[in-house]
Amino acid sequence: MAAKTLTIDGKQISAFEGATVLQAAEEAGIPIPTLCHLDGVYDIGACRICLVEVEGVAKLLPACTTRVREGMEVRTDTERLRNYRRMILELLFAERNHVCAVCVSNGHCELQTLAYEHGMDHVRYEYRFPKWDLDVTHRLYGMDHNRCILCNRCVRACWHIEGAGTKNVAGRGARAHIISDLNQPWGDSESCTSCGKCVDACPTGALFKKGATAGEMAHNRAKLEFIVTAREKKQWIASE
Amino acid sequence: MAQRIVIDPVTRIEGHAKITVQLDDGGNVIDARFHVTEFRGFEKFCEGRPLGEMPGITARICGICPVSHLLASAKAGDEILAVEIPPAADKLRRLMNLAQIIQSHALSFFHLSSPDLLFGFDAPPAKRNVFGLIASDPDLARRGIRLRQFGQEIIELLGGKKIHPAWAVPGGVRSPLSEEGRKHIVERLPEAKQTALAALNLFKGLLGKFEAETQLFGNFPSLFMALVAPDGSWEHHGGKLRFVDSSGNIIADQIDASRYREFIGEAVEPSSYLKSPYYRPLGYPQGIYRVGPLARLNVCRRIGTPIADQELAEFKSHGTGAVTSSFLYHYARLIEIIAAIETIERMIDDPDLLSHRLRANAGINRLEGVGVSEAPRGTLLHHYEVDETGTIRKANLIVSTGQNNLAMNRTMSQIARHYIRGTGPVPEGMLNRLEAGIRAFDPCLSCSTHAAGQMPLHVQVLAPDGSVAQEITRG
Repeated sequence: MAAKTLTIDGKQISAFEGATVLQAAEEAGIPIPTLCHLDGVYDIGACRICLVEVEGVAKLLPACTTRVREGMEVRTDTERLRNYRRMILELLFAERNHVCAVCVSNGHCELQTLAYEHGMDHVRYEYRFPKWDLDVTHRLYGMDHNRCILCNRCVRACWHIEGAGTKNVAGRGARAHIISDLNQPWGDSESCTSCGKCVDACPTGALFKKGATAGEMAHNRAKLEFIVTAREKKQWIASE
Repeated sequence: MAQRIVIDPVTRIEGHAKITVQLDDGGNVIDARFHVTEFRGFEKFCEGRPLGEMPGITARICGICPVSHLLASAKAGDEILAVEIPPAADKLRRLMNLAQIIQSHALSFFHLSSPDLLFGFDAPPAKRNVFGLIASDPDLARRGIRLRQFGQEIIELLGGKKIHPAWAVPGGVRSPLSEEGRKHIVERLPEAKQTALAALNLFKGLLGKFEAETQLFGNFPSLFMALVAPDGSWEHHGGKLRFVDSSGNIIADQIDASRYREFIGEAVEPSSYLKSPYYRPLGYPQGIYRVGPLARLNVCRRIGTPIADQELAEFKSHGTGAVTSSFLYHYARLIEIIAAIETIERMIDDPDLLSHRLRANAGINRLEGVGVSEAPRGTLLHHYEVDETGTIRKANLIVSTGQNNLAMNRTMSQIARHYIRGTGPVPEGMLNRLEAGIRAFDPCLSCSTHAAGQMPLHVQVLAPDGSVAQEITRG
C-alpha cells in the first residue's frame, strides 16, 4: 500500500493510502475531537465535531471521512474550528433534553466531556425542550430519546458488529430518532439478541442498563473494538 | 466579553416568601398569611422517568436537605422492588440521615437563628446576621460552622459529595463507609458533641429572656406527627407514623406510610404554592398538625441515648403532655443534634458499615410505593406509581415544610395580632419577629445560608377594602 505524505498542523507526517485524516492524525499523536466516530465500525461523518480545514478547500471537511492526499495541508485547531465545534455542541444540547446532573451517564459521557473541553459554559441557542418518550420495554436495557444525539453508533454496532440489524433511524430532521425493528417497542423486537453492544457504543446516557442510577452508567466502548479485532484479525488483544 | 447569567425564577423553595397582614377598620389584625411564591413542579416532571433515576432527581429539590429526598425516594423504590434491603445498607442510610440532621440543624441554629437570640429581635439588621455573630463571638461562629462541616463531611464520606449525592438507590446504597472515613468520624465526634452541648446550654441560658416569644411565637394547640420506633422511641428513618395531640395523647399510632392518605389530606390555598396538608379525620383546617424536631420530641417516649434522654425529660417539662410553643423548635433542634451525635457514637464501630453487601437487586414487583423518612424539618413522604416497566406514572411528595404550612400561618397571625395595632407604620423589629416566627420552623425558605437576617421578605398590611395600607420589602 502506497504511503502519502501530508502536513497536519505544520507537522510533516506520512499515512497509508486510503487512511482517513483522523487515522493519520491519531497515528501522529495529533488529537482531533470526535463524537460519532467509534473504533470498530465505519465512519459516517454525522456529528461534524471532527471538522478540519484543508488548504485549498473552502468548506470544512470531517476528518473521519476525508481520505489523505499527497501534499495535503490540514489544520485541526484554529479559532474558526474551535468556534464551530462549540457551536455544534451547543446545538446538540439545545436540540434535546440533556440534564447532566441527574443523567445515568453523568461523568462518563462523551458529549459532556467534549462540552467541558470546549469551554461550553452556556448555550447561546434557545432550548427546544422537545417531548420524547423513553423505551424501557426491554428486559435489560432502556432507551431515552431525550439524551440521543443521533450519532448512529448504536445502529452501526447493531448492524455491523452484532449483525442483528435491530436498531435503525426513523423520521427526518428534528423528528429523526432511533427505533427498534419496524418501530416497535424494544422489548417486542424479534431481531434483538440482547447483546448490549448498542448500549456500550452509546456516547451519552441515551442507551443504558436498566436500574442504573445517576452517574452509574459507564460504557465499555473498548469491548467493541476488541470483538472486531478478534473477528477480523484473529487477534484477541485485551483492551487497555 | 462580559457575560450575564440570569437565574429567574430562583428555583429553590427557600428564599422567596411574602407575608400579608389583613386589618379591619379599626386597624386590628384579622388575618396574617405566609405565601410561598415559587413553583418547582417536581411532581409533574418526574412523570415518565425510570424509577432508578428518582433518588438522583428528587435529591435536587433541595441543596440543604438533599439526603432527605434521596432516602425517602430510595425507600419508595424499595417498596416498588418489594425487597428488604441488606442490613448494612439500612445502617448506612441511617448514618447519612443522622449526619444530615446535624448539618441542617447546625445551619438553622448557628447561621440563621442565633443572631436573633444573641443580639435580640430589635438589634440593627446590619448586626443581626451571621457576620455579626462572627464579629462578636468568633469562637461560637467557628464552632457552629465546624459542627455543620462535620455533618457535611459524613455525607461526603458516604456519598462522594456533600450536596446531592446520588448514593441511596432503590434496593440499598451504592458504597460503604471506608476505614479511613470511619476513623475520621471517630476523631471528630468529641468536638461535635462538645459544640452541641455548648449550644444547648447557651440556648437554655437564654430561654428566660424569651418568655414573651415562647408565649407568642406559634404557641397554640395542634397535633404533632413524626415517625416512632415500635417501642415509641425517637426515630428518624425507620419506624412508623404516630400522631399525638397537644396534651400528648396518642391519637393514631404505628401507621404504615402506605396508609398515609387515610390520615393526611392535602388542601391547596390560592395564596401560596405550598400545599397545606391536614389530619384528615379532623378535616380542613381543623386538622392542623406540626412536624419537625418539636413534633419528633413530642411524639416519642424516649430517645435512647443518655444525654439526649436527660435533655428530653427537661424539655418535656415545658409543656403538659406536649410542648406547644413553636419558638421551642430551636430547643428541640439542639437536643436532636445531641441525639444524632450520640447515636453515631454508638453505631460507628459496627463492622456492617464497612460491608460491601449493600444492594438488593430486583425488578418491578409492585406498581406503587411510599417511602418515608424524617427530614431535619419533619416527616417527608414520597409516593410513586409506576407502570410494568418501572416508569413513573404519578409522583406525590408530601414535604415537611408544607405540613407546617397551617402552623406557620397560625404563627404569623399570632405574632401580627400582638405587635400590629392601627394602620400606623410598623416598626422594623416587628418585621423581624414575623421572620423569626417563620425561622423557628426552619422551613426550606431560610435554607440558603446567605439569607441570615436578610431573608427576602415582602410584608403587606392590607386595609379593609383590600388595598395595601403599607408595604415593606426587603431582600
